[in-house]
Amino acid sequence: MNQRDLIQLALFLGALLAVTPLLGKWMAGVLSGEKTLPLLKWVEGLIYRVSGIDPQREMSWQRYLGAVLAFNVLGILLVLVAEMTQAWLPFNPQHLPNLPFPLALGTAVSFVTNTNWQAYSGEQTMSYGTQMWALCVQNFLSAATGIAVAVALIRGLTRRSSQTLGNFWADVTRSTLYILLPLSAIFAVVLAGQGVVQTLAPYADVTTVEGAQQTLPLGPAASQIAIKQLGTNGGGFFGQNSAHPFENPTPLTNFLEIFAIFAIPAGLTYTFGLMSGNRRQGWALFGAMLVLFVAGFAIAWPAELAHNPATGLTASMEGKEARFGVMNSVLFATVTTDTSCGAVNAMHDSFSPIAGMVAMVNMMLGEVVFGGVGSGLYGILIFAILTVFIAGLMVGRTPEYLGKKIEAREITWSVVTVLVPAVAILGATAVACVTKAGVSSVANPGPHGFSEILYAFTSMVANNGSAFAGLNANTDFYNYLSALVIAVGRFAGIIPVLAIAGSLGAKKIAPPSAGTFPTDSPTFAVLLIGVILIVGALTFFPALSLGPVVEHLLAQAGRTF
Amino acid sequence: MKPKTSLLDPALLRQAALDSFLKLDPRVQWKNPVMFVVYIGAILTALATVRAFSGFNLQITLWLWFTLLFANFAEAMAEGRGKAQAATLRGMRTKTHARKLVGGREESVAAGELAAGDTVVCEAGDIIPADGEVIEGIASVNESAITGESAPVIRESGGDRSAVTGGTQVISDRVVIRITSEPGNTFLDRMISMVEGAQRQKTPNEIALGILLVSLTALFILAVATLPAFTSYSESAAGQSGVVNLSIPVLVSLLVCLIPTTIGGLLSAIGISGIDRLVRRNVLATSGRAVEAAGDIDVLLLDKTGTITLGNRMASDFIPVEGITQALLADAAQLSSLADETPEGRSIVVLAKEKYGLRGREVAEPHAVFVPFTAQSRMSGVDFPARDGAPARSIRKGAAQSVQDYVESLGGCFPKSAAKAVEDISHRGGTPLVVAEGAQVLGVIELKDVVKGGIKERFMHLRKMGIRTVMVTGDNPLTAAAIAAEAGVDDFMAQATPEDKLRRIRQEQTEGRLVAMTGDGTNDAPALAQADVGVAMNTGTQAAREAGNMVDLDSNPTKLIEIVEIGKQLLMTRGALTTFSIANDVAKYFAILPALFGSLYAVAGSTQGPLQALNVMHLHSPESAILSAVIFNALIIVALIPLSLKGIAYRAVGAAQVLRRNVLIYGVGGLLAPFAGIKLVDLLLVAVHLV
Repeated sequence: MNQRDLIQLALFLGALLAVTPLLGKWMAGVLSGEKTLPLLKWVEGLIYRVSGIDPQREMSWQRYLGAVLAFNVLGILLVLVAEMTQAWLPFNPQHLPNLPFPLALGTAVSFVTNTNWQAYSGEQTMSYGTQMWALCVQNFLSAATGIAVAVALIRGLTRRSSQTLGNFWADVTRSTLYILLPLSAIFAVVLAGQGVVQTLAPYADVTTVEGAQQTLPLGPAASQIAIKQLGTNGGGFFGQNSAHPFENPTPLTNFLEIFAIFAIPAGLTYTFGLMSGNRRQGWALFGAMLVLFVAGFAIAWPAELAHNPATGLTASMEGKEARFGVMNSVLFATVTTDTSCGAVNAMHDSFSPIAGMVAMVNMMLGEVVFGGVGSGLYGILIFAILTVFIAGLMVGRTPEYLGKKIEAREITWSVVTVLVPAVAILGATAVACVTKAGVSSVANPGPHGFSEILYAFTSMVANNGSAFAGLNANTDFYNYLSALVIAVGRFAGIIPVLAIAGSLGAKKIAPPSAGTFPTDSPTFAVLLIGVILIVGALTFFPALSLGPVVEHLLAQAGRTF
Repeated sequence: MKPKTSLLDPALLRQAALDSFLKLDPRVQWKNPVMFVVYIGAILTALATVRAFSGFNLQITLWLWFTLLFANFAEAMAEGRGKAQAATLRGMRTKTHARKLVGGREESVAAGELAAGDTVVCEAGDIIPADGEVIEGIASVNESAITGESAPVIRESGGDRSAVTGGTQVISDRVVIRITSEPGNTFLDRMISMVEGAQRQKTPNEIALGILLVSLTALFILAVATLPAFTSYSESAAGQSGVVNLSIPVLVSLLVCLIPTTIGGLLSAIGISGIDRLVRRNVLATSGRAVEAAGDIDVLLLDKTGTITLGNRMASDFIPVEGITQALLADAAQLSSLADETPEGRSIVVLAKEKYGLRGREVAEPHAVFVPFTAQSRMSGVDFPARDGAPARSIRKGAAQSVQDYVESLGGCFPKSAAKAVEDISHRGGTPLVVAEGAQVLGVIELKDVVKGGIKERFMHLRKMGIRTVMVTGDNPLTAAAIAAEAGVDDFMAQATPEDKLRRIRQEQTEGRLVAMTGDGTNDAPALAQADVGVAMNTGTQAAREAGNMVDLDSNPTKLIEIVEIGKQLLMTRGALTTFSIANDVAKYFAILPALFGSLYAVAGSTQGPLQALNVMHLHSPESAILSAVIFNALIIVALIPLSLKGIAYRAVGAAQVLRRNVLIYGVGGLLAPFAGIKLVDLLLVAVHLV
């Protein structure tokens, strides 16, 4: 913990606080259809004309959901086709073969759902073409889908007795054109300027200073890295993700890549505040997120610096890039697991058990600590609804959030978003624990092996995509199971959220009074944190105690496996 | 129906204890999913104990059954209080015979056979057989059976006092009644089912809470069900096959401790006791939903008369015209009012006495001829013939215009100072009465509405709770504004008609607010039906009583405020115990997880593995830890029964303040209390060698 680390942290938090309102205001303008950009406005109109969409046409929640599902299923099919035919398609200078079906399916589902779980190494598996028109496109569209669903929920919360939630096609188009595309373009240029590769040339054969022959993988990376971070996608262009020097070459790119992950999810809390007519509502959510983020980091960082009796080392650099060091690795890991990003600049598998557990818990909370683009906001809004319901009764009124009564229907759907992911994580982990196919992929014996399985399914269900790399996930068992639980994790969020949005939208808004449960106060933020921790994570306590907790205690006793 | 039973009534306790065993019937348990899981667990554990007997298994089994019994006991206690009342009511209903009118002839039929539309005759001594409307005659009725109030009330055809209730007794005269209720659905029947909780339907909030509790239960079933798989991996990784005790009693114990049994076991008791609290205040709700809605009320529409002000205007001042002393005016006013038996008249006599020591003279003052108020003259007064040298006197008092016409007709004039006084009084919200003797105007009596003592403070409390009060009155806006200011209401409706009331309710509801009101007349019925909480006065018409969703047997309009408080208290109790229940789980994990996994990864020859570090309470042994958690979990239900029956402490303060307080007590308290409680039970178990 030296001075430079602290300065960098201060810069990071300062930038987050500064950018949140700026970006949030811009996004609110875009999503309400007021703000556009000159040239892109023409593109937007063209898209509507070509696809025959009337952006003014409002959709009921069922139609909105139908559009989301159709859009995503089509996305999966297109990626699947691109992957399985890449050998015959252009932009494949390395002549990489077509992908086998299980891997192609797992990858397609993973990218369309903003998960970017990768059971492959990009440079050995994916052609430039597949990277560009399959994976990179979905990096944009999955993030835009998240924003669209979030804004639909905001509309449900803020509209008065309305049967509709907006137009999905318009929301997705505007989010892409006016939010994701411009930010990514700027960021990609900055990254390229710092040395991230951006080329369609084939891999370079070079002679190293030691005189050995080596092939350097290249490709159109900068353009994909930008949206990978900004869209909380996290799927690396290369297998090493942001630990690779061509993806994340300098301390500056590292700082920007970490920051880019938080930027849009943080900004969306402000967008929410603006659209709900009370900015404090947004700051309350932001505050709860910030506290959870800082708490996680404050646990993981010292744990990573601490002396480890099992290895005899302090501030272990195992699995970390020398150019980033401990603090930047832990910060990246905390941020990437707080959000559903999953990009990594260090091997999470090598972290101390406690730092690894923080990463897991971050994901188990349901990716609501800033969370995924859009999904973080709608995730924490669901927790806000649960908080209002559990604690709100204590003020002696039927619980309300933003003046909307929270009743049986909202509660039913809200608990689905908590229950189903828990079933998926614990169920899949249990299956993997007792089947040969599950256990045989584990590289490390002892409790760490259990942590690897638990981490894998947590990451998939939470749509994070990072991994404890010790687990070999490119097996039929893990590919098929991952495709299943990833989809379950994503749609157990989206479907209930839109149902709740529809139900809330049709309700009246009760004007606030002194008797109303205040949801824009620090008290509420504290309660929200309590509910997120107790409802979101308590279920996982037994599993965690058999994984990282016991591993930590064993390491303290100097025992290894 | 005044409070009868205390919490510690031995008869009540005995009955509740018996009922808690009867409620072990699976058909009863099935209705409460959280407790049903405990029920299944208790059966499985009992079977496991039979198969592999041990003192530990036996104790776990017993405590699981105790958990169920305690929850049943809470419900039985809540129901028991109502049942005693219901039994009395039922006794009253059964033996009634009705004198049904068929084509002008009387027929004796059983009360239960009467249908709506039948007409019956009731004379002094008869029990009114069913709810109805007096269509002919007038009678005094003893309604103590339902109201507890022994003074008889008048019931007459037409007007706002025509409704009669089955089970009450006519004590004088004869009335003809048209029956308005179908058999089995009379007021008395509904009252019985309400207090018994027999037909108690779950309220919307209860349903939503139920869903949450079931989901949490499912979540923890999942957490426990996946444990064997995780354990099998860990045992093989540690090379210690079978070191973790995952017997049925242990797994069930963990599950029962984690699922929200505290709130699950007390939920129905909380709901029933909320209605019971209303009944104790002599309010009957037609549904639990109405009670809950009362807690959500944003706006109260209150009738001015009887709620905010005492029913009648009272004389408050004498304002003489120039040249007349106040004492003279007071004397004349008192004289003119001696025979005036209206409350206003009496208040004039009293004020004169208090202010000028003028003793109320005998009404039968010799020779005085009292002139009663008539609709034509719109004045009342007194005439004294000339006698014993004293001149004849003729005193009149009445509305300004009437008296002005009167004195002018006698050749007098209406002085400017009197006109000014009249105007001033009107501005202040009072009612002026002008007094004249002959053609000479003496002055003006100010009659004022008297705002009830303490009502201003109550409105202030309501405002703190976020509830706006709207005063409804037929007065002119000037008068209304003055009284509104004095009483401290937030808004008022002057010269309000029943249609205005209905419109106002609709408007508030469109803006998203919930509205409560009281009413008694037939013309109040539409507004009562439209309001989210409509409290009908028992003295009111049948139409009003049918339209509202609550009836106040005391016919006290101020009761509405108490109803709101009871509604709020009900929701608060539910929320507080839910929070408490969920917060408890943290400590229980710290008791049971080290007990389960404490030996895992222990070095050879030791039973103390690394996860013993989670045993922060330093519980004696794995068995004592599990048992302590289960016992604490069972006892906390018992400990919270009084709270769930009485409701949590309630104060009229803003939501933010209530929230902070309750979060501290039930949230933070719920987090910490079980650590202390479980440790204490553990110490006791060790002390008495039960483990």
